[in-house]
Amino acid sequence: MSQGGGRRARTLNRAFALKRHSVLPGFGWTLGCTLLYLCLLVLIPLSLLFFRTAGLGWSDFWSAVTAPRVAASFKLSFAASGLGAALNAVFGFIVAWTLVRYSFPGKRLIDATVDLPFALPTAVSGIALTTVYSRTGWIGQLLEPLGIQAAFTPVGVTVALTFVGLPFVVRAVQPALQDLDPEAEEAAATLGAGRWQTFYRVILPTVMPALLTGFALAFARALGEYGSVVFISGNMPMRTEIVPLLIVSELEQYDYQGAAAIAVVMLVASFVILLLINLLQWWGARHQRREGV
Amino acid sequence: MLRPKHLARSTPIHSALALFSACSLSGCGGVEREEPSRNAGEARSEQVILLNVSYDPTREFYREFNQAFAEHWTGVTGATVTVEMSHGGAGKQARAVIDGLAADVVTLALAYDIDAIAERAGLLPANWQSRLPHNSAPYTSTIVFLVREGNPKRISDWDDLLKPGVEIITPNPKTSGGARWNYLAAWAFVLKREVSDLSKLGDPGYAADIARAETKARKFVTELFRRVPVLDSGARGSTNTFVQRGIGDVLLAWENEAFLAAEELGPDKFDIIVPSISIRAEPPVTLVDRWAEAHGVREVAEAYLEFLYSPIGQRLAAKHYYRPVYPQHADPEHLKRFPDVELISVDEVFGGWQKAQGVHFADGGIFDRIYTQ
Repeated sequence: MSQGGGRRARTLNRAFALKRHSVLPGFGWTLGCTLLYLCLLVLIPLSLLFFRTAGLGWSDFWSAVTAPRVAASFKLSFAASGLGAALNAVFGFIVAWTLVRYSFPGKRLIDATVDLPFALPTAVSGIALTTVYSRTGWIGQLLEPLGIQAAFTPVGVTVALTFVGLPFVVRAVQPALQDLDPEAEEAAATLGAGRWQTFYRVILPTVMPALLTGFALAFARALGEYGSVVFISGNMPMRTEIVPLLIVSELEQYDYQGAAAIAVVMLVASFVILLLINLLQWWGARHQRREGV
Repeated sequence: MLRPKHLARSTPIHSALALFSACSLSGCGGVEREEPSRNAGEARSEQVILLNVSYDPTREFYREFNQAFAEHWTGVTGATVTVEMSHGGAGKQARAVIDGLAADVVTLALAYDIDAIAERAGLLPANWQSRLPHNSAPYTSTIVFLVREGNPKRISDWDDLLKPGVEIITPNPKTSGGARWNYLAAWAFVLKREVSDLSKLGDPGYAADIARAETKARKFVTELFRRVPVLDSGARGSTNTFVQRGIGDVLLAWENEAFLAAEELGPDKFDIIVPSISIRAEPPVTLVDRWAEAHGVREVAEAYLEFLYSPIGQRLAAKHYYRPVYPQHADPEHLKRFPDVELISVDEVFGGWQKAQGVHFADGGIFDRIYTQ
């Protein structure tokens, strides 16, 4: 297989070589490797989804993905994921800022804690979050008198999705903050900019691409999250069912096509959103360059 | 024709290759599993391995039963047999078998799941359920109530569940087989109360009465699910919600699951309430013909299933809180734990699982309409 991929890539290389010659060696086999790798892991498995749904007629497909329960779950999944990613963009930025700019005892410990949501099996974090946020839990108890019920409501879903997304924002923003040249801030200060002005005229624009990447990653991760959410959501139809749960429930009825149909909508919607964020980033970068020139 | 242990079922590389070739050649569809190469000259003293794909609450029972069977089989034939187990939610397990998990026998929660294996993968004949006695169910179970110590809400039967202020815990019937039994048990209770003689159900002369009874049953289950604050995705999840988090006043659960919870967490914390009427849950077992034959273990796999009906199998089932189909073989001490309850079968009230599934749990079915209307 890899030989075939390499051959294919070499031909491609030759085709491109007619137009533009790259100075860097190894283009052929790295592109071949990339294509093969993506095909085996991403493209072939995901294209199966489309084959599965192709068996459904258009009207069946439409009614499968617009059934009231499904529509309600799309709303919840996208809203809670977006909200979770937005919360992470704000608080993840603060965490990254604290970790990059200051030095204090226990810093490494906090730095390591950020990665925990990556490493924990999601079911474990789901159970832990539910225990803490349910009516009898430590935090749930405090929220109860305020009239807020976290576990088994959309609030709980958002909490879980925020949890899984946190490391993405922090880890995306950290290097950008580290690369920030202190001289730029000093220059801003000498030119009479206040702290706030320095922040949103100098720091934020520089970090924005990284922050958007972090947001996009956290959002995408939250959309696909299943393990931790099913414990804290309570899975009430029309209220707290997330899209991945509905896919599982379709499979439970051996309705592979129905499950694939929901998955396809999810896939296309996620792809479009991620593409938009990328475009936004690209546009932002160009805009900034032009302003700089 | 026995499989030696060193022939692994399928290596990751094999399955990855098989998956890849299946995907790229056929575009989609099921994954073909490579059959282990068979050598006619293999010695009989080699170890035989059986794979039993089962559902969640049978862990403790099969652990003990497999050992008993291994001893029995060595005594009869001199060969050693090892039974490997795979546990998980019943629907998930059935899908794994459909998608290529090479089970020699399946012991699942619902006939519906085994029907799906027969229908979608063709691994066993459609009439599988008539191959063993008692609808291929060597043990039965039912749905009971688990309440908090002292039964503070005074719950003794299905009607009491709708008393004001009672919170009920059950998993989501869309994702949990156990929850479907809960739902059907509640429905059967109302129908039985309204029409008393269930043989009227198929009789067109009583159509008006039946329709009225069904309207009431529908109202009852709707009210019941309105009182459910959390629908976990599986039975164990619900048990956790009720036991660990202290949510709800009553948990609808498998009888064996309720006993386990009560026993493991202390009988002074929970009481088991057996309602006047409940559903007869028949977790069926069957041979997966295609794989058992491919592995050359049909004979021992059949003996394994028949051993479930033997005095030893029956005694162990009762020990692990399943109701044995031949109670005469069980320990009277164990039998005492099962209170008398009128049990109604799914066939009597719903005309079989396929029908029950279609009417109640399919998309747009009666269960969906509880929430969408």
